[in-house]
Amino acid sequence: MTSTSASDVRTPVIGGQTVYTGITPARGRGLVAAYLGITALVLALLMVFGLLMKASQAGVITIPANRFYQLLTAHGIGMVAISGLGGAGVMWYFLSRYVELSPAILFANLVCFLVGVVLVLGGIFLGGFAAAWTFLFPLPAHSQGVWGTGATASYLVGVLLVGVGFLLLFLDTGRAIIRKYGSLSKALGWPQAFGSSGEQAPPPTVVASTVVTIINIPAIAVGAVILTMSLVNAYAPGFQVNALLAKNLIYFFGHIFINSTIYMAVIGVYEILPTFTGRPWKSSKPFLIAWTATMLMVMAVYPHHLFMDYANPGWAHVLGQILSYASSLPVLAVTAIATLGNVYRSGMKWNITAGLLFASIMGWSVGVVPAVIDGTIAINRVMHNTLWVPGHFHTYLLLGVVAMLFGFMYFLGLSTGATDSALDRAAFWMYVVGTLAFASAFLAAGAMSVPRRWAVHLDPWTSLDRIGAFFALVVVVGAVVFVLKFLRRVRAVGA
Amino acid sequence: MEQTIAVLASAILGTILLLIFAGVARSAQSSASAEDVANATGRWRRTTFWSLVLLFVPIIGYSLTRTPYASGSASPVVVVEATGHQWAWTLAHDTVPAGQPVEIRVTTADVNHGFGLYDANNRLVTQTQAMPGFTNVIRHVFTTPGTYRVLCLEYCGLGHHTMFSQIVVTAAK
Repeated sequence: MTSTSASDVRTPVIGGQTVYTGITPARGRGLVAAYLGITALVLALLMVFGLLMKASQAGVITIPANRFYQLLTAHGIGMVAISGLGGAGVMWYFLSRYVELSPAILFANLVCFLVGVVLVLGGIFLGGFAAAWTFLFPLPAHSQGVWGTGATASYLVGVLLVGVGFLLLFLDTGRAIIRKYGSLSKALGWPQAFGSSGEQAPPPTVVASTVVTIINIPAIAVGAVILTMSLVNAYAPGFQVNALLAKNLIYFFGHIFINSTIYMAVIGVYEILPTFTGRPWKSSKPFLIAWTATMLMVMAVYPHHLFMDYANPGWAHVLGQILSYASSLPVLAVTAIATLGNVYRSGMKWNITAGLLFASIMGWSVGVVPAVIDGTIAINRVMHNTLWVPGHFHTYLLLGVVAMLFGFMYFLGLSTGATDSALDRAAFWMYVVGTLAFASAFLAAGAMSVPRRWAVHLDPWTSLDRIGAFFALVVVVGAVVFVLKFLRRVRAVGA
Repeated sequence: MEQTIAVLASAILGTILLLIFAGVARSAQSSASAEDVANATGRWRRTTFWSLVLLFVPIIGYSLTRTPYASGSASPVVVVEATGHQWAWTLAHDTVPAGQPVEIRVTTADVNHGFGLYDANNRLVTQTQAMPGFTNVIRHVFTTPGTYRVLCLEYCGLGHHTMFSQIVVTAAK
């Protein structure tokens, strides 16, 4: 990987015109820089939480069970939320070049996020709340005296507030997209995908943002419903919720939101990678159909989280398995192949930005494989809630969405004249190789049937924990370099 | 068996993907016509899509015949009532015979738990969720006598990792 500066960035063109139709508004740039600065800091902190948990399971350090489960809860909800914040920053940065977004709403989302995070952290570390990020009903109200109702309320209201902020943001993206393109179906490129329209399809950024908008509005609304019901139950135990319904609501919300963080961040790949390869990312017919298929499948596939809830309807189990397999097709046959085709013999110069974005599609693709396998009911029977699950999601989140976010941060740094150093390159390899090895240790432990979310591991399991902890440390060191580099540049980026 | 399939399939397909990405990354510094590459990309996309469809259809079809959900046909020899509590399991029976259908009816007295049945080698054999207000039924034939452990596989609070119980499987008569 060679050192590359802003002068190496090429402008992709379609038919003699540049791909970009505008620039990110100045006020928005500052806010996006704030989004990514906060994302960088929180990612580093939460990675350290993860490292501490793995080291504790390995027996390298000792963390009391109550503290371990608090860290687990903070790590889980924090990673979901911060991936959302960083992804929203990427999406806003590029979408604002095509449609007129509101910087005030972007700011309001950040305020909701920060206040929500304070409430969540207060509930966890001051109140002792530790019901995991999934807050499965009725656990928030059944702590056996470990945490109180106030802590539960602080956590639930905090998450609710974060959701309200994101809902505002997606309502604004929806408004702006409809205003520019006339309807959501036009913004999805349906006239080009399923009709005979000869007009140019909306750019990839608009298509992806439209999908993110459409899926997140119902997801957040459903999340708000179960958060509110859990809150009422905490104060009025007589108010009961069907536990199966509650699980369906939680996983509908959780599955869609976490997947949407990838869909937001991948916009960075669509926009940035072509600036190095000189090959624009086109809204081709397969691209448009893949995004529509993804939109429909991501909202219907969530029952694969409930395979071991035998009481869930049989048709939902079957649907969950079929869609788990089908969901991999847009990733593997469209996004991965398009990325490979964009880079293959393009004459590009590698740098950290391009490397991280390219690696992110690799991580997403590789992580899909064990995820799909886990989406097979017969295999899920012996893999569900083992470490196989964090094995696959750490692959496509750590080396997928988080790598996309770090790649975007380095891209922003290019505009300040920053160049890659030997330290950056060392951090890149530590991050990529470390993540693959760390996730492999998780997968191997899952294949050995080690349960997930256990504060204390049995002796036969700790050898893999030690390997996992070592590579987690490698990942954290690499990530801290990325974070520090970006924080040094963040003021200039936002200017 | 299932674990082995999962590991082998993940390792093989994951390695192939890594090698493809590495190969393309190495190719990037040479140049080729964008039009030629775009045409080849289209062919690869179609080939990949239909190859995956051809791979997936039989796997889905076959694996859906191997789901763990209890059917009403086999009548169990022994019924085990299993109830999860924060943080212990209550088992109405803790001894069952090998080679005979055993029905384990799993529920909970408080929050969600996960009933995970582990063999003597600490290998997960089967599982279901213990859900408030529901009873999930496992039908299982133990092939090997020995002591099987029950671990909790759904996070249920501070004592989650302390929820151990056991079922003794006796030799078939």
